[in-house]
Amino acid sequence: MLLKLEARPEASQRMRYLSPLIAVALTLAGSLVLFALLGKSPIEGFKVFFIHPIRDLYSISELLLKATPLMLIAVGLAVGYRANVWNIGAEGQYILGAIFATGVALFFQGVSSIWVLPAMLVAGVLGGVVWAAIPALLRTRFRANEILVTLMLVYIAQLTASWLVHGPWKNPDGFNFPATYMFDDSALLPVLIEGTRLNLAFLIALTALGAGYVFLQRSFYGYQMQVAGQAEAAARYAGYSAKRTIWIGLLAGGAMAGTAGMSEVAGPMGQLTESISMNYGFAAIIVAFVGRLNPVGILFSSILMAMLYLGGEQAQQYMNLPSSISKVFQGMLLFFLLAADLFIGYRLRLGSNPFFGKATWKTT
Amino acid sequence: MENHLITSIISATIICGTPLIIVAIGTLVAEKSGVLNLGAEGMMSVGAVAAFAVAFSGGSPLLAVLAGMAAGCAMSLLFGFLTLTMLANQVASGLALAIFGVGLSAFIGKPFESAPIGIVPPIPIPVLADIPVIGPALFNHQSLVYFSWLLVGAVIWFLYRSRWGLVLRAVGESPSAAHSVGYKVIALRYAAVAFGGAMAGVGGAFMSVYYTPLWAEGMVAGRGWIALALVVFATWRPLRVVLGAYLFGGVMISQLFVQGSGLKLDVPAQFLSALPYAATIIVLVVISRNANTIRLNSPVSLGQPFRADS
Repeated sequence: MLLKLEARPEASQRMRYLSPLIAVALTLAGSLVLFALLGKSPIEGFKVFFIHPIRDLYSISELLLKATPLMLIAVGLAVGYRANVWNIGAEGQYILGAIFATGVALFFQGVSSIWVLPAMLVAGVLGGVVWAAIPALLRTRFRANEILVTLMLVYIAQLTASWLVHGPWKNPDGFNFPATYMFDDSALLPVLIEGTRLNLAFLIALTALGAGYVFLQRSFYGYQMQVAGQAEAAARYAGYSAKRTIWIGLLAGGAMAGTAGMSEVAGPMGQLTESISMNYGFAAIIVAFVGRLNPVGILFSSILMAMLYLGGEQAQQYMNLPSSISKVFQGMLLFFLLAADLFIGYRLRLGSNPFFGKATWKTT
Repeated sequence: MENHLITSIISATIICGTPLIIVAIGTLVAEKSGVLNLGAEGMMSVGAVAAFAVAFSGGSPLLAVLAGMAAGCAMSLLFGFLTLTMLANQVASGLALAIFGVGLSAFIGKPFESAPIGIVPPIPIPVLADIPVIGPALFNHQSLVYFSWLLVGAVIWFLYRSRWGLVLRAVGESPSAAHSVGYKVIALRYAAVAFGGAMAGVGGAFMSVYYTPLWAEGMVAGRGWIALALVVFATWRPLRVVLGAYLFGGVMISQLFVQGSGLKLDVPAQFLSALPYAATIIVLVVISRNANTIRLNSPVSLGQPFRADS
């Protein structure tokens, strides 16, 4: 049979929004197949991944808690990705945010002031910005590829956190466990709903999504980023500065990732340990793409991704599967999205009607 | 005593550089065809776990390497399907492959964590291995080290001396020109991508079966990404890949020698472990600062999708 792949005269807006949904549906189907292959009940798997996270208020609060860092990081990454600035080291910027915020918390140990938390937030943002400024500088000044530089900085950030918690910041009363002191109450984000762990960072994340929406969809700079990404030559003719695009793209990602890092140490963790690196920085890359680099989409996709995270933890507990199964689903989701995106620019036609363009695409 | 130290430093540098050579050479061939696959880290990880699984189930080291090769190849075909058939963005697809591969390897490898397998013995090359100092450093290695040298030679011959190598480079420079004289651009790119994946798989197998005979999540530790950087460092020339890989190998083993030498250096272990990553950044900066070295040497169509009739 001959299937024809025909270029659409115009990119399909409908497919642009439909393809993430198709990708989610295919991932769901794929995950059920995987459960069956592993000899586990697909129904049980579906329950663990998609029903447990929303069965009661506490579960929902945990879901939103998990989605918070993903929202923050992904909205920052979206700014850069729109302009083809490939910051894939958000994980490192997130860790630096956590380290800087921890530094402030430890410095003000025993001081209870309402200014501790704001200072930690500023420090967290700064940490992420510093870590993102390195690739921005190296890219604009020396043309060094930001993909590889941001990634190398992830490993350096992980090792830095490891050194701090084993060395200078190690809690001497911590039974030799590599971790800092538990933070004072004044260095912990206030909880939003009594009896849950959902904290102020969730509201910060929603604010960031709102600000991201205004910046990306409604501001002139946001428009410039978009043009720089989609038509480089046009951006040059219009006199948009490529260097500024790179700086904005990377620093926005760094600032948001740093905020996420602060929100983790000042939130659910309450201290700095080696397990600060939760791969949120990498998962947020998927969140950003599945959310179509759009803050509204990111809101939904980060909740979906948080479901996969929690599902993985529950799958370990209830189904005796490694929690890394969530990473398999995350990867699957991104693959299906990338494949489904073909149909934004093309459509499939059956048969060989000569009126439908010359593009042919054989399948066997 | 001094000679013994020199021998072991050279030997360890070569061992450390070997997976980088194998992965980077595979990536180089794929990039020469114009395809930028950033998924090396993922393909290496899956190759490592597949090879370990075979070795753990009693397969020979050769069988383990073949399993790693097949796994890496399968992963790269997934990437090929996305980018070459479905015309997806190569950068995004490569990232997807890297994230997916690392996750998949963690998932598959869970039952094998901290399981022991046997050590693969080195094979001394007769006569050559008896040369003082240099002999044991260069000619007493595991089979994959020799393989890496043969691989480089074969790829140099293929790319610059064979007809199909010329075609492959032409496809990377100008796919539309290659297409118009009748070459199957997409098929060739599939082949190049598959070769890159296979070599990434072998590099992964080297890590888990030969280098440290064990599987641990995250054991590839960025070597796939460093291999990608090496190709840029080498400005797409195979011999420079070898040079760069041994340079990095030297940086990577420096921590072992500092720790083992009894020198009371007041440097935290993490700092030394960070050296290869910092070195990668520095090397990228040094190479990239001259725009011409990159522009003149990188395959012209690198990263750009091609459709036969557009």
